[in-house]
Amino acid sequence: MKHSLSVLLAAGLMTISLSSLAQKTASQGIDEYRAMLQDGNPADLFEAKGEGLWTQKRGPKNASLEKCDLGKGPGVFKGAFVELPKYFADTGRVQDLESRLLTCMETLQGFNAAEISKTPFGRGEQVNMTALATWVAAESKGMKFNLPQANQAEKTFYEVGKRLFFQRGGPHDFSCASCHAEDGKRIRLQDLPNLTKNPGDGVGFAAWPAYRVSNGQMWGMQQRLNDCYRQQRFPYPGFASDATIALGVYLGVNSQGSASIAPAIKR
Amino acid sequence: MADPMRIRAQASGDKATVRVLMSHEMESGQRKDAAGKTVPAWFIQEVTATHNGKPVLSAEWGPAVSKNPFLQFAVKGAKAGDKIAVTWKDSKGDTRTDEATVS
Repeated sequence: MKHSLSVLLAAGLMTISLSSLAQKTASQGIDEYRAMLQDGNPADLFEAKGEGLWTQKRGPKNASLEKCDLGKGPGVFKGAFVELPKYFADTGRVQDLESRLLTCMETLQGFNAAEISKTPFGRGEQVNMTALATWVAAESKGMKFNLPQANQAEKTFYEVGKRLFFQRGGPHDFSCASCHAEDGKRIRLQDLPNLTKNPGDGVGFAAWPAYRVSNGQMWGMQQRLNDCYRQQRFPYPGFASDATIALGVYLGVNSQGSASIAPAIKR
Repeated sequence: MADPMRIRAQASGDKATVRVLMSHEMESGQRKDAAGKTVPAWFIQEVTATHNGKPVLSAEWGPAVSKNPFLQFAVKGAKAGDKIAVTWKDSKGDTRTDEATVS
């Protein structure tokens, strides 16, 4: 009797756990997992490092980045992230956060920008670059994207970015749009946002820089976009290349009005 | 010199919740590099925490703990203004101590 009762109990427990499993979709499960990790997001470590690097005197000119103009005047970092990429008159180029930081590292600190661009992600000065980008992005957490489109160069970059987004090529005849132009698509268990329209708060462009739990790496938008090309079996367009910045303009303008959650945490 | 930890300690009721984020590679010794050579193990072995100088936690960690580990624990009797210090020591003998004030 006792035995059959415990079997019955076990069977009852199993149905309960099975039904609660069935009610939860895979993406809800992932959301829960992310929420659990969010509290101890190691991006905080990179953020703290970036904050220190901003005021630290470094480079051949032994200068800090405190006079760096990220688009809102020299030294203003709050809210700068949600207005980038934008056109900068002093360089005559449309620049995103990382390429603008690179300009500052060259002009203010005397670093060799070409050399840093060639450095593989996650090595040497690129580590500092990612930390700086993480910190600047974090200073705009919760703010809404509002990329300027008044300058002709910015409009051109938007159009170029759009074309690149839909441009198919490579051995798999892939484009960004192959994965990111429809609602409800996913790769393995990851939901893929539709980036041809506004994907909403904290999705797509509004989620990077992000810490990736699976490989313990902090990624900026430049690495994210370059790696998208690798996944399409293209070579990297390169750090701070016009192609990646144009895509950034396209994604950023599409995210108009969405709140940034960067630095986010990814699987 | 290792990068600083991030320690947050928040009092609620008769205890304080302490959340610690450590910056460490935590190499397991199981991975191989691009040349096929084993990456030597390098991980945090000892973690200790003190509350106003009095030890409240000591832990022995191994290579199974993740990179940039996160640790959360509760300290009974800790009030706002108290000091919580956390120390780790890794397998290379490197050590780091950081302190936070309970808020």
